[in-house]
Amino acid sequence: MKLNRQWTWFHRLGSPRWFYQKTQCWLPWLGAIAAILLVTGLVWGLAFAPPDARQGNSFRIIYLHVPASFLALAGYYLMAIAGAVGLIWRIKLSFMLMKSAATIGAALTFIALFTGAVWGKPTWGAYWVWDARITSMLILLFLYLGMLVLRHAFTNHESANKASAILGLVGTVNVPIIYKSVDWWQTLHQPATIKLTSAPSMHPDMFAPLLVMILGFYCFYALALILFTRAEILERERRASWVRELVAEKQGGL
Amino acid sequence: MQFDNVQQLLVMDGHGVYVWSAVFVSVCVLIGLIIRPLRQHRRAIKKIARELNLKKTGKLTGNSQEASDASNT
Amino acid sequence: MSAVLSGGFSAYLYRDLLLAYRCRSDLARPLIFFLVVSTLVPLGVAPEPARLAALAPGIIWIMALLASLLSIESLFSSDFQDGSLEQMLIAPNLLAMPILGKVTAHWLVIGLPLALISPLIGIMFSLPAVAMVPMVLSLALGTAVLSFIGAVGAALTLPLRKGGVLLALLVMPLYMPVLIFGSATIQSAVDGLAWSGSLAILGAFLAIAMALCPLAIAAALRLSS
Repeated sequence: MKLNRQWTWFHRLGSPRWFYQKTQCWLPWLGAIAAILLVTGLVWGLAFAPPDARQGNSFRIIYLHVPASFLALAGYYLMAIAGAVGLIWRIKLSFMLMKSAATIGAALTFIALFTGAVWGKPTWGAYWVWDARITSMLILLFLYLGMLVLRHAFTNHESANKASAILGLVGTVNVPIIYKSVDWWQTLHQPATIKLTSAPSMHPDMFAPLLVMILGFYCFYALALILFTRAEILERERRASWVRELVAEKQGGL
Repeated sequence: MQFDNVQQLLVMDGHGVYVWSAVFVSVCVLIGLIIRPLRQHRRAIKKIARELNLKKTGKLTGNSQEASDASNT
Repeated sequence: MSAVLSGGFSAYLYRDLLLAYRCRSDLARPLIFFLVVSTLVPLGVAPEPARLAALAPGIIWIMALLASLLSIESLFSSDFQDGSLEQMLIAPNLLAMPILGKVTAHWLVIGLPLALISPLIGIMFSLPAVAMVPMVLSLALGTAVLSFIGAVGAALTLPLRKGGVLLALLVMPLYMPVLIFGSATIQSAVDGLAWSGSLAILGAFLAIAMALCPLAIAAALRLSS
């Protein structure tokens, strides 16, 4: 009996309708929190944090680079887990989350790469250096692009979902291996490079805005994920009666 | 504040170009990530509304219209 | 009992080897590709032995990677078209076993010959003699991993009309660790360092790939039916 109740809870969570209606009231709050955190962190980091002893002011890019890289990587796992849940329990919502996570993840990986390259110019004297972290990020971008391209190649929506979920799972096993390999490859070729992010040794005055930015990026990620998924739900479920009622209500209100 | 005035904040001892271009591009991408789903959402609602209206007018003008509508879809 | 467990492995291995033997010209294609494209490098870069030798480990591995990728696309497609894939999917035994057989056959037909003719390219690139054995070993192990990973991509893109470029896009990022450790094996041998470590890591990759890839391939193949 108890198990039964748990399962209804689980499936209600997996219902697009429930998700759509529930997230409606979260959006303004989430948006406000994300905006406040991001603006605070950015202003704090760009104008008030002390400059780095070695890198001067160029280190301020860290406040965008590190949170974006964090979420790009965490987003890959979220995407893969969502795909696995969808594959195992056949939950439509899970696939929608996976699709949204792929788009957002690719964009965040792009931010991480771009800020990394721009940061590289004053630090290393070149926009592109085959640094372990940047190279792994580039490979992560390729993995995300593969996901996006694979899903567009299928005309059948169901197969697209399942194929991307499988690819995501294969990638999940591979991501740590790629990271370790690239790390090892780098020590082989360039033994001495400047460590860009050494968080534990960072001064608290520098670290606090970074923490705010990371939190802000997490909230932003949640917000973007919900927005993308809501749009996807409307598109996929447009034949469902609850969507039609919802739209009719909105039209009536106008 | 680490900088005496806005001028210094923009220049950042010569690193300003890098920092501000990184900020600009990142903020643009982040805003894009919010705007795109919102537009998609609005488009979906418009599409559904159009479909609903088609149905309504189909019912109003009689069965022949509805039949042709059904055969189209 | 063992027949149930191995169900389909040897049958599919034998069948695919036989099919490959029947059309031997198809079989030679990746090898010729390997040789021809490697010839482009001295023409495109420089014929000086020192420079070529420095490039050789990477070039040889990249060529092997491309040759393996080119041939993996057809791993399931002919079976898909003539309906025998359907038979494989509905057979009562574990789907992983026939898949393991097919991938092993692919490695025997493509990867192993590539590894065996690689000393030829090594000589053309004036690679020192000490690097020959590690090169053959690393290619033999590494191409097996490539076959497994590539088969996942081939299975995923199977129902698509134009899967070729897409397959490369999906699979290439996953190939990178193999490329890194494969060329590092040769490079360490050239530098006079111990190369058994990176070779062992390639072996570890093979163990992981052998255990997990058939599951992913099986799941992907079920999509196409």
